[in-house]
Amino acid sequence: MSNEHKQSDKAYGRFHRRVLEGRAAVFAIVTTVAISIGGLVELIPMFTATSSLSWQRADWVTPYTPLEVAGRDIYIREGCYLCHSQMIRPMRSEILRYGEWTRAAEYQYDRPFLLGSRRLGPDLQRVGSKYPDAWHYEHMRDPRSTSPGSVMPPYDWLIEAKIDPEDVTKSVAALSRAGTPYASTEPASVATALQAQGQEIVGSLSTAGITAEWDDEIVALIAYLQRLGVEGRAHLAAEGGEQ
Amino acid sequence: MEQTTPGTVATSAERGYDIDIVKMFFTATVVWAIVGMLVGVIIAVQLAWWPANLGLPWTTFGRLRPLHTNAVIFAFGGNVVFTGIYHSMQRLLKTRMFSDTLSRIHFWGWQGIIVLAALTLPLGMTQSKEYAELIWPIDVLITVVWVVFAVNFFGTIARRKVQHLYVAIWFYMSFVITIAVLHIVNSLAIPATLFRSYPIYAGLTDALVQWWYGHNAVGFFLTTPFLGLMYYYLPRAAERPVYSYRLSIIHFWALVFLYIWAGPHHLLYSALPDWAQTLGMVFSVVLIAPSWGGMLNGLLTLKGAWDRVRTDPILKFMVVAVSFYGMSTFEGPMMSIRAVNALAHYTNWVIGHVHSGALGWVGMISFGMMYWMVQNIWKRPLAYPSWASHHFWLATIGIVLYTVSMWAAGLMEGLQWRALNDAGQLANPIFMDITQRLDPFLWLRVIGGGMYLVGAVMMAVNFWQTIRGPGSAAAEPVAVGAD
Repeated sequence: MSNEHKQSDKAYGRFHRRVLEGRAAVFAIVTTVAISIGGLVELIPMFTATSSLSWQRADWVTPYTPLEVAGRDIYIREGCYLCHSQMIRPMRSEILRYGEWTRAAEYQYDRPFLLGSRRLGPDLQRVGSKYPDAWHYEHMRDPRSTSPGSVMPPYDWLIEAKIDPEDVTKSVAALSRAGTPYASTEPASVATALQAQGQEIVGSLSTAGITAEWDDEIVALIAYLQRLGVEGRAHLAAEGGEQ
Repeated sequence: MEQTTPGTVATSAERGYDIDIVKMFFTATVVWAIVGMLVGVIIAVQLAWWPANLGLPWTTFGRLRPLHTNAVIFAFGGNVVFTGIYHSMQRLLKTRMFSDTLSRIHFWGWQGIIVLAALTLPLGMTQSKEYAELIWPIDVLITVVWVVFAVNFFGTIARRKVQHLYVAIWFYMSFVITIAVLHIVNSLAIPATLFRSYPIYAGLTDALVQWWYGHNAVGFFLTTPFLGLMYYYLPRAAERPVYSYRLSIIHFWALVFLYIWAGPHHLLYSALPDWAQTLGMVFSVVLIAPSWGGMLNGLLTLKGAWDRVRTDPILKFMVVAVSFYGMSTFEGPMMSIRAVNALAHYTNWVIGHVHSGALGWVGMISFGMMYWMVQNIWKRPLAYPSWASHHFWLATIGIVLYTVSMWAAGLMEGLQWRALNDAGQLANPIFMDITQRLDPFLWLRVIGGGMYLVGAVMMAVNFWQTIRGPGSAAAEPVAVGAD
């Protein structure tokens, strides 16, 4: 090091070099403390005191049904969240385009969260019941048949692929262990619930001339998409909304 | 302060350093750089031209995008950092690595993780958290390999032959510690099957944990270790001492303390409590100071060596890298301000910002280091010196095309999404109309990214020819001081 720099550092640094930069263990501990403070301050209030959690809870939101869980897993598998957000911001343009802004409680059963970070396509947080089931079916089969000019790839394999009730049961059981309140995680009751909700969608698709089966992956994905934001929309409409 | 410009007396072998592990990580870096960037160009084409998704489940954008981010961050970025750490810390601490066995477990473990990522992500096995997509068994493996690395790292520090720890080592240390903390906390999940799990956190809590992780993965995986590389390799390449030791102390502590708070700026205008959003915004803005401290310390180190910047491609890469570091650490805080974020969030502007940091800072400082290192550890002059300059210009112009096109696209999207007409209704009610107007910018991005990839391929060929070329102990590298 050149002399001028030796000079400038001479008065300073002796203490530092002796106490910190010369002692690796102390340095590592101080670093650990320094990088921990911000995270602790921001994260701990998220976990402690039930009062601070209450802003994330509401009884007008219900857990995802087994079929919706299966659909959500497909949504995650295909990386839908990489192009579609699920967070409507409290701004006039967003409320006009997508509906009432998203409340914290609407995410209370989201494991993992799927807010997204990019809108290559539109936000989906309130897409539920915006379109008929058949629209979603056609949109997955050939996005440009319903949305001319779309850059979304087709997801036609969802039409052929099947969900596995045993696999869905494991997902529901794991979510239950994580704290989602399910009345039953027994394989039989999960299978019954899957079939019942699946048949409803199969029925609605058949009115549009589409043949599907209750355990088609596309049916599960439609079940998930059609519930997004619906409970929140109904609740907020009843409350008169807050702009 | 002899560590600032380490001596040039003995050779690595004479000092008993493990140079093979450096060569292994170096080679892996080059391979994964090409793979990661190639996937990046492919997904850029997919966004401009959807048939490039190929109609197969495992080649759609939704599955390849995580492959791209993981490959460039953890495969390219990880390996280049390990290359630099294993090379520089032996010299800075004047000792061989603590354990050759641990070094090799670290190397092969890390490559194994990358291969598993490359297999699982296209199959749709993902946890969906950005930059933490890998499924839980791989998360466990990452933890094990990281502990191996940490033991090796701190073991080497424990048996160092110099008492003082040079600046680069501080930055490496913050990387080793913080990534461990972030990875473990963010990955806590309840397994459902071998391939699927659900986080112990739900909703916005999960979102906050993830962006505390996600933002600090940028901070402590793509910033602090690369600052460590800058602090070792920039002075070596420039043959100048670091400008200010005092500044390095101040900006190091300020950076590691402040960075961790900035995560919530990813959740502005969400239903996250205002106090958390505001903390995220304020700390992001304050981060300009320590970030620019690092930039200035890097640039001012070149004082007295600026004439060489005109001719030496290694210094050119490093100067542009540090400049992009300065630019993206100014842009980031600006985008964290609520009013700006309202426009920028969800748009291509964010993608442009990320790539000005990733291509500009991380990529360019890595290339500079690698051109210097290939000549120093293989003891051969560069096979095609002029190609290094061509690479530099391809990369620089490529970044400019990339970032400018994404800025333009992002501003356009943001403004048109929110535009209202005189009646107070949406001026562009059809989302698709806005998307279609992005087309020229998306193709411009493909060209910019493609140029960057071509440059990287030229680098790989250049390295291959250099390493295979006639080695001679007498051939003094064109770069500075052999060691």
